[in-house]
Amino acid sequence: MMSTRAVGLGPALRKAAFAPRFARSQVVLRTALFKRGIQTESLPPSAATDILNKQRIKRPSSPHFTIYQPQLTWIGSIVNRMTGGALSALLYGFSLAYLVAPGTFDSAHIVEFVAGLPDAVKYCGKFVLALPFAFHSWNGLRHLGWDMGKFLTVKGAYNTGYAVLGATAISTIALVLM
Amino acid sequence: MQSVIKSSTLARARAFRTAQNVGGGVRSFASSARRSQAVPTEKPVLMKEFKIYRWNPDEPAKKPTLQSYTIDLNQTGPMILDALIKIKNEIDPTLTFRRSCREGICGSCAMNIDGQNTLACLCRTDRNVGKDAKVYPLPHMYIVKDLVPDLTLFYKQYKSIQPYLQNDNPPASGEFLQSQEERKKLDGLYECILCACCSTSCPSYWWNQDEYLGPATLMQAYRWIADSRDSYGAERKEKLQNEMSMYRCHTIFNCSRTCPKGLNPAAAIAKIKLELAAE
Repeated sequence: MMSTRAVGLGPALRKAAFAPRFARSQVVLRTALFKRGIQTESLPPSAATDILNKQRIKRPSSPHFTIYQPQLTWIGSIVNRMTGGALSALLYGFSLAYLVAPGTFDSAHIVEFVAGLPDAVKYCGKFVLALPFAFHSWNGLRHLGWDMGKFLTVKGAYNTGYAVLGATAISTIALVLM
Repeated sequence: MQSVIKSSTLARARAFRTAQNVGGGVRSFASSARRSQAVPTEKPVLMKEFKIYRWNPDEPAKKPTLQSYTIDLNQTGPMILDALIKIKNEIDPTLTFRRSCREGICGSCAMNIDGQNTLACLCRTDRNVGKDAKVYPLPHMYIVKDLVPDLTLFYKQYKSIQPYLQNDNPPASGEFLQSQEERKKLDGLYECILCACCSTSCPSYWWNQDEYLGPATLMQAYRWIADSRDSYGAERKEKLQNEMSMYRCHTIFNCSRTCPKGLNPAAAIAKIKLELAAE
């Protein structure tokens, strides 16, 4: 053994002794031992667009607001939308009602109707009206600030956001107790 | 003074003798048999569950699902991307996601992690194993496979703002010169890597991405408007002067909040609005 290694025959001898005969031919090895489970299909390059378009039709849209972390930024924006919508619906609704039936929907009748309600209902009603009004007004000022180029950082957005929430809470309580 | 030194020397000599008696030799621990036979203390096993959005285009009828994988955080790198790569290498090679630079430069691995859009390579894995980590693709995008969204429209929008220098009167010789103040205006704009985290965090972009350009593209629009070397500012602004392209921005601030590079697209859009209002 020492002598063969000395003349550099070691590796060659070992290879010849241990390698199975059929493994020397790679082609034979591939066809004899492995059979591919997947059949490929030859397509012209022009078919790529068709395949892509077929796939595109079936692509799902990834989930969005259901999985996005609730943050003061976008939740505040959605609440601003909703309160704005609700307040305008109330304004237009009342105006149209006055237009249709001026006898029943004028200020005097509303005052008379509310005066007859129990206190609990009065406070609840005031709260339901005061909260969206207060939030939308304060947040409107925040938007005006942004439009003037103020508070345009993430920190600014958060600080003004918390300020709006605080001011909303205080002014809602004040309006309810009025 | 003298006596103090003496007594401390004595004490050391005594300690040396004691060590000799106990250890039976003067060998240091580093070369001892105990050292070479010692087993390194294994970190405790810290199994964390990852819930990952899966959808396979080869089975388009199957609804997208969340697939759960549990791996040992102490055998994984610190970032979410390390966890994803470990899952792909060791548990499920079919898991598909984009990644390249692993250091927040390429923007490939943008995805929604625990409800926020960010780069997986810059997002540390929360070591709290009581809570699972949820990994979704970027929100409200068409999904090519698993965590890979189709960004074709996003790139088209970027192309539409002509993101290159336009100037019909180049300097007679040499390059465009710029003062330091003019150059400073581009800081915080040019660093954008177009990972699409901001655009896909924007509710306005979710509902109107066919017409609204989105924060990433708009910030790049402003990057060229603000560039003193570009002479097409008026044309660039004219293109945005309509209801949809830019004015769908309602200053929500999700874009700046989520930007993994700490940039501020909301402020850039507000500045375009101010410039358009001043016209």
